[in-house]
Amino acid sequence: MSVLTAFRDSERARSIIERIHRRNTGDISIMEFCGGHTVAIFRSGIRSVMPESVRMLSGPGCPVCVTSNADLDRAVALAKTPGVTITTYGDMLKVPGSRESLMQVRAQGYPVEIVYSTLDALKLAEEQPDREIVFFAIGFETTAPAAAAAVLQARKRGLKNFSICSVMKLTIPGARALLAMGEVKVDGVIGPGHVSSIIGSDAWRFLPEEHGIPVAISGFEPLDLLAATDAIMEMHEQRRPALVNTYSRVVRPEGNRKAWGAVEEVFTLDEAGWRGFGIIPESGLVLREEFADFDADRRFDITVEDSEEHPACRCGEVLRGVITPHECKVFGTACTPESPLGPCMVSSEGSCAAYYHYQRQLA
Amino acid sequence: MCLAVPAKVLELRDDNMALVDISGTQREISLMVLDGDAAPGDYVLIHVGYAIEKIDEEEAARTLAMFEEMSLLDEEVPEGEDPLV
Amino acid sequence: MKHKQILLAHGSGGSMMHDLIQELFLPAFDNPYLRQGNDQALFENPGGRIAFTTDSYVVQPLEFPGGSIGELAVHGTINDLAVGGAKPLGLSVGMILEEGLEMELLERIVANMKRAADEAGVPLVTGDTKVVERGSCDKMFINTSGVGLVAEDVHIDGHNARPGDAVLVSGSLGDHGVAVMSERRGVQFSTPVVSDTQPLHRLVARMLEVTKDIRVMRDPTRGGIATTLNEIATQSRVGIHIEETALPISAEVNGACELLGLDPLYLANEGKLIAIVPEEAAESILSAMRELPEGKHACRIGHVVEDRPGIVRMRTPIGGTRIINVLSGEMLPRIC
Repeated sequence: MSVLTAFRDSERARSIIERIHRRNTGDISIMEFCGGHTVAIFRSGIRSVMPESVRMLSGPGCPVCVTSNADLDRAVALAKTPGVTITTYGDMLKVPGSRESLMQVRAQGYPVEIVYSTLDALKLAEEQPDREIVFFAIGFETTAPAAAAAVLQARKRGLKNFSICSVMKLTIPGARALLAMGEVKVDGVIGPGHVSSIIGSDAWRFLPEEHGIPVAISGFEPLDLLAATDAIMEMHEQRRPALVNTYSRVVRPEGNRKAWGAVEEVFTLDEAGWRGFGIIPESGLVLREEFADFDADRRFDITVEDSEEHPACRCGEVLRGVITPHECKVFGTACTPESPLGPCMVSSEGSCAAYYHYQRQLA
Repeated sequence: MCLAVPAKVLELRDDNMALVDISGTQREISLMVLDGDAAPGDYVLIHVGYAIEKIDEEEAARTLAMFEEMSLLDEEVPEGEDPLV
Repeated sequence: MKHKQILLAHGSGGSMMHDLIQELFLPAFDNPYLRQGNDQALFENPGGRIAFTTDSYVVQPLEFPGGSIGELAVHGTINDLAVGGAKPLGLSVGMILEEGLEMELLERIVANMKRAADEAGVPLVTGDTKVVERGSCDKMFINTSGVGLVAEDVHIDGHNARPGDAVLVSGSLGDHGVAVMSERRGVQFSTPVVSDTQPLHRLVARMLEVTKDIRVMRDPTRGGIATTLNEIATQSRVGIHIEETALPISAEVNGACELLGLDPLYLANEGKLIAIVPEEAAESILSAMRELPEGKHACRIGHVVEDRPGIVRMRTPIGGTRIINVLSGEMLPRIC
């Protein structure tokens, strides 16, 4: 597929880098909201080819990182409930809750299964009718349709031993909360490409229209990210904040109505606790009343001791873009990927882990 | 968030499933949340086992042409496409 | 074999154990050392320096595209000897079997070990079998140890990398990691990628014919080349620079990594070596490597530098730089 591989073409990328260097934009802070972008930026070395005047910030777009300890503690308690097998995506396993991570729970002999897809969790429920299969659902709008589809499938197949523990969140309320806090100067936003494929690029119009912040919806190849950065710089220079969609091969203005329809059929909005942000109203997805049978929180009576965050961990400020990981005292000392104190060091797309892996000695 | 990879649809299967190919690696995925139909030969974006969107190759070519331009905001964008959505 | 499954009695020291050894292991691994029939294999003292290594194999699943735990157990230990410049003399085999293991599976694994040992020309000279209760081990574990001979003028050592040296790799990366991953529950996919499990002692011998002056050699198994290069950079107190565009990674391995959100630099290899060699010998060593099938796709991926000792850096296709760290913990598929 030549047209898709062209987005990996380093020649093309270099010409955009040159263009960026020719610009006289002055100091500019550009934030990517999406953890996938964070990883792509690090892996392709984009930060290292940017002019000094361009500051790239990472926002709260890693679902693993914004999962609160209270939610993690709930998953741990579910995993220890007799008869329950917890299934979840690989990213969640290492994140420490108040007391332990799912990985540690698994080591104690409780069944914790990594799945690639909710389809695998459904399969497990069919294969093991005597066990309660609980899917610990993390993620943003991109991932929510997969959870909704699983619930719809479970109902269709009459599965009685499948349920979901939803800690899924919405990016737009998160982005709004971040801007409302006003702690960081954001001159432009790289919009999350895959979230936008579901909710549509139009969902980000509030950035230029209400906040005067240019936004470029971007894909995940180096070329996409460079072009999005370049577009933001140009809009900033010309003081013409607008919405540019540089990922139109995937993202439509209205998004994927069918996928979002499935999400709305199964889930409804509720407040959600975000690490680093506290409670954000209408930012979480919980199962609707008519799907109560598939709601692990309603089906299992679990009690969780008071949750607490590690006192030295500054992940919250990292997530809000207030500090870079280097500014946290425990970064790389008490807190490393091997023994993480906070989630940003755990998830491969957490800012701290990304800094630790790709930039520790380049700082 | 949201790792998704382009994949080519190889064949449609029962239960709204499809076999797709990601540069030689094949996996069965679900078309349940895809908006519209997919046919063998189409490219789709796969996220956690579900096709979430089709990839529009013509649009991709247009985007590439747009990246070549000196400016994404120029009025004269190839093929009369306004990049400002 | 009479029994369809391994029973505890197969490890009891009694007649069933005797039968298992006589009917399965001895005929399969037959060689003069094993025929000595003692608790140890006796070698003539060949003189010179002896290399001695051990490795345990606990791979799941036991069989995967391109191989099984059997080949791994033979190749892995041969390769640990080979990358030290040693000519392997013989291996020991320690089998730990779980009660209930299907006999057919064991027979297949044993046949694979025999074939691997025969093809490599390295005998399995002594062995041991234990059977543990159900639940005490996951079907089967194998330990192999090996001894080899190192020629007088060979000094391959992790401390020897010097600024200016070339970094070579013997072929494509990540194949074994993807082959095994494709069979794991929860991430199953079909892939044309097969494990690269193969012995490297002949390749090393060919390289040493070109020059004895090979500084460092490693086989980048668990943790992939990222981890191996970091070990070398730390041991030799040098920096290492690699070029992303030079890395031999197949499209299929890349595809599988994209699907699962993994980084091919961290995937295991079971039939590849990394060599750090003097720049002036690099091209002739590469030509020699390419004469053998196991080195057909050998290439240069970078060089050793003086600055930032202990750090491995990679130049990306767009001209950026990133640090390559060691693998931390377990590599998990990610969604984000």
